[in-house]
Amino acid sequence: MNKRIKEKIAFWVFRLLSFGVLAILFSILGFIFVRGIHVISWDFITKMPEEGMTKGGIYPAIIGTLCLVAGSMLFAFPVGVLSGIYIHEYAKDGFIKRLIKLMTNNLAGIPSIVFGLFGMALFVNKLKFGDSILAGSLTLGLLALPVIIRVTEEALKAVDDSFRQGSLALGGTKLQTIGRVVLPMALPNIITGLILSIGRVAGETAPILFTVAAYFLPKLPHGIFDQVMALPYHLYVISTSGTDIKASRDMAYGTALILVLLVLILNLLSNALRKYLSKKVKMN
Amino acid sequence: MSKFFRRFFEKLIEGILMLSGTVTSLTVLLIVVFLFSEGISLFNTSPVENKNAITVNHHNPVGHLSPAQVKDIFDQKITNWKDVGGKNDSIILFTINDISNYYSEEEIGSNFEFLPEKLDKLVDSIPGLLAVFNEKYVSKNFHGTVVKIDKNNLPDFISGTQWFPTAEPVVQLGVLPLIMGTFWVSIFAILFALPVGLATAIYMAEVANEKVRNIIKPIIELLAGIPSVVYGFFGLIVIVPEIQKIFNLPVGETALAGSIVLGIMALPTIITVSEDAIRNTPRAMKEASLALGANRWQTIHRVILPYSMSGISAAAILGIGRAIGETMAVLMVTGNAAVMPHSLLQPVRTIPATIAAELGEASQGGVHYKALFALGCILFVITMLINMWVEYISNKRKFTR
Amino acid sequence: MFKIESKNVHLYYNDFHALKGISMTVKSNTVTALIGPSGCGKSTFLRLFNRMNDLIDGVKIEGEVLLDGKDIYNTKGLRTDELRKKVGMVFQKPNPFPKSIFENVAYGLRVNGISHKNFIEERVETSLKQAALWEEVKDKLKKSAFELSGGQQQRLCIARALAIEPSVVLMDEPASALDPISTAKIEELIYELKNKYTIMIVTHNMQQAGRVSDMTAFFYLGELIEYDHTQTIFTNPKDPKTQSYVTGRFG
Repeated sequence: MNKRIKEKIAFWVFRLLSFGVLAILFSILGFIFVRGIHVISWDFITKMPEEGMTKGGIYPAIIGTLCLVAGSMLFAFPVGVLSGIYIHEYAKDGFIKRLIKLMTNNLAGIPSIVFGLFGMALFVNKLKFGDSILAGSLTLGLLALPVIIRVTEEALKAVDDSFRQGSLALGGTKLQTIGRVVLPMALPNIITGLILSIGRVAGETAPILFTVAAYFLPKLPHGIFDQVMALPYHLYVISTSGTDIKASRDMAYGTALILVLLVLILNLLSNALRKYLSKKVKMN
Repeated sequence: MSKFFRRFFEKLIEGILMLSGTVTSLTVLLIVVFLFSEGISLFNTSPVENKNAITVNHHNPVGHLSPAQVKDIFDQKITNWKDVGGKNDSIILFTINDISNYYSEEEIGSNFEFLPEKLDKLVDSIPGLLAVFNEKYVSKNFHGTVVKIDKNNLPDFISGTQWFPTAEPVVQLGVLPLIMGTFWVSIFAILFALPVGLATAIYMAEVANEKVRNIIKPIIELLAGIPSVVYGFFGLIVIVPEIQKIFNLPVGETALAGSIVLGIMALPTIITVSEDAIRNTPRAMKEASLALGANRWQTIHRVILPYSMSGISAAAILGIGRAIGETMAVLMVTGNAAVMPHSLLQPVRTIPATIAAELGEASQGGVHYKALFALGCILFVITMLINMWVEYISNKRKFTR
Repeated sequence: MFKIESKNVHLYYNDFHALKGISMTVKSNTVTALIGPSGCGKSTFLRLFNRMNDLIDGVKIEGEVLLDGKDIYNTKGLRTDELRKKVGMVFQKPNPFPKSIFENVAYGLRVNGISHKNFIEERVETSLKQAALWEEVKDKLKKSAFELSGGQQQRLCIARALAIEPSVVLMDEPASALDPISTAKIEELIYELKNKYTIMIVTHNMQQAGRVSDMTAFFYLGELIEYDHTQTIFTNPKDPKTQSYVTGRFG
C-alpha cells in the first residue's frame, strides 16, 4: 500500500512540474503576444524608427536581420553540408575523423560572445572588413556551422546502407551514389535543420555586437561593407539603453513579438516541410 | 578521355569535401590563435595607461608598487608611505591637474616648455609626494625616482578582486569577481533547472502516454529556439520588478534574476539530453524490474535513474556550460556590478556580460581590449573543459555498457 | 483446482489479432513448454500470466486468465505488482541490473518492502543455491553482476526471480542466448525447480522442450493447435501441423 502512495505522489510531482515548465513557456509567449500584438502593424514593419526610436517602425532592423541570415547561410550552408558529407561518407574511422568530430563538437560548445570576439579580431580588425554585413555574416555563419554539420550527418545516417550498396552494386561510383541516391533521401532532414539554424542565427545578439550591429541607422544598406541594424540587437538597445526606455517600451514589445513569431514560423515551416518533402521522396 | 575526366571530377569533388571537412577544425584553431594572441599579450604589459609616469622623491625608498596599492593610495585608503614599505610620512598626491596649485601659467610656459623642469623641482622639494604625469614631461636630468608598477600577470589577473579596467592612472584587472559571478549565476540556474528539468524528462519518457509526449516535446523544442535577448527582455520586464518587490530591494537586477532566466533557458537542454538518457535504458532492464513486482516508480528510481545517471549528469554539465556562456539575457538582468558575490539578492557581473558591455568602449590594442580578450580565453577554456568532460562521460558510458 | 488457466483468451495489438481464443490449463509443479514458429504468439501468451503485455501501447485482451482460480485481469484490488510477485519471470537475454550480484538478487525483496538485513542475506543465499550459482559467486557478492559470464548472469536472473518466492516462474527462451554447457546447466536447474514451482517455458529448441517439460503446447498463427503430454506431442501428435513442426518441416 505504502509503495502505491509513493508512486502516486511521485507521478503527480512529475506531472505538475512538467506542466509548470509548459506554463512558464506559455506565460512568456503569452505575455509578449498580449503586449506586442497591438503594436504590430504594416507601418511598424515598413517604417523607419522615429523620435529616438520611441515611435515609427523597425524596418531597417528587419532588413538587417534578413541580410545577416542570407549572408551567413550563403556561407554556412554549402560548407556545412559538404563538411557533413565528408565526415559521414568519406572520412575513414580513425584519428582524423575523431579529431574533426571533436572539433565540431567543441565549436558547437563555444559561447556566442567568444564568436563575437573572434569575429571582431579577425574579420573587423585583421581583414579590415570593418563593422559590416560581411563580417557579421561570416561570424554568424561560423556559429551555425556545427549545427548544420550535425544535422547533415544525422540525415545521412538515417539513410539505410542498403540504398548505398544497391547503387554501388549497379556500378555507380561513390559520388554518383551520394549525389543521386543518398543526398535526395537525406534532403528533407537537412532542409529542416537548415531552417532551424536560420532561427538561431536570426536571434543571436552577442556575435553581432561588435561585427555589424548599428545602434541607430535609419537607412538601408547598399553593400556588404555597410553596417545594419538587427532585430535582436534593436530589442536589446531599446529595452536597456535607448534614449527613453519607458517611451520605447511599446516598440520593444513589438520587436520581441516579431522575433518570437519569426522563430515560431520557422519551427512550423520546418515541420511542415519535413512532412511534405519526406512524402515526396517516398513517392519517387 | 571522358572516363579520365570523370575520375578527375570525382577526385576534385572529394578534395572540396575534404577541405570543407577541415573548416571547423581550422575555425577552432583560428579562434584559439586570435583569442590567445590578443589575450596573452595582456601579460607583461604595463597597467599604467596613457603613458603616465608615477614618480616619487629620490629620498623615498619605495621603488615599486602594485596596481592595487596605487588604487588604494588614490582612493585614500593608504595615506602613509610606511604602509607600502616606505618611511613614516604621509602621502601627498599630485596629478597634472593640480599643477595650478603650485605654479602659474606663465611659469609653466604657454607650450608647457618649462613643465618638465618645474615638475622635477616639485618632486625634489616635497619628500612625501607621489606625482603622476605624462612620461614626456620627465626631464632628462630628473632627480626623483620613477616608480615601477608591477606588470600585468596571470596570478594577479585570476586572483585579483578589483575590476576597474579604465581606472586612472593604473587599471585594476582582477577577474575573480567576474569568475565568481559567472559561476554563481550558472550554478544556481542549474539548481533551479535540474530538478524541474529532470522531472519533466522522467514524465515525458516514463509517465506520460505517447499522445501527451507528442504535444510536450515540440513545445520544449520551441523553448530552445527563442532568442536569448527575448528571455532577457522578459526577465527585465517581469522577473526583475517582481524580485525587487518581493524582497524589497533597491534594484531588482540581481544574481537571482539571472539565475531564474538562465534556469528557464537551460531547461530545454537538460530535458532533451536527460530524456534521451532515460529512454536509452534497455527495455529488458525495465521489464526485469517490473517482473519482480516493482511498480513503475520503484523501477524508475531504482533501475532507470541509476542506469541513466551518466547521461543525466552530462545534461547537467552541458546545462552549466550553456549557462556560463550565455551573454545577452544575463547582461540584461543581473545588474552588472563587478563585485564579489555574497548573496543572490545582489547585482553581479558575469564574464560574457563584461565582454559584451565593455568591448565597444575599449580601444583596439589597449590594455582594456587585451584584458577582455583574456576574459574570452578564460571563457573558452572553461567551456572547452566542460565539453571534454561531457564527451568523456558519454564515451565512458559507451564502453562500460 | 488448476494452478493456471486461460479461458478463450483473445489478444489484439491494435488491429493485429495475436491470440485467437486460447483455452488451456496448467497443473501445479509441472513444467509446460510452449513451442511454435516465430510470431505464433507463444511469448505473448506467456506474458499474459504476469501481465507484461500491459506495457505495450494498443494492447486489448478479452477472455479470462486465472491464477489459483482468480481472474488476474478483472479481480478488483489485485495490482499488477502484487501479481508479479507471485509470478516470476526469466527473460530471453540475461538482464541483470547494473548493481552488485547481491543487490540484484535482493532487488525483488527490497521493492516489495522487505528491509530486514538478515532475512535478505538468508534469502539471497538460498536463491543463489537454488539457482546453482552460490558456489561460483559466494566470494564476490559485492562485485558487479556484469562481471559474470552469460550463463552465470542468466542463473543470477533466475535466482533473482526465485528470491521473492513466486509460485509460478515464466521463462521466455531462457537459454537461447547461451552456450551449450550453460544451457545444460539451466535445463538441469529447471528440472529441479519444478518440485517447488510451476514453470512455463517458451522455447525454440525442440530437444529442450522434450528434455525438460511434462506438458507441451504447440502454437501456430495465434492459435493453440495442440496441447498434451510432451511424450504424446513428440511421438504421436494428433494434428498434422504439430507433426510437421516437431519433425522440423517448418519453423
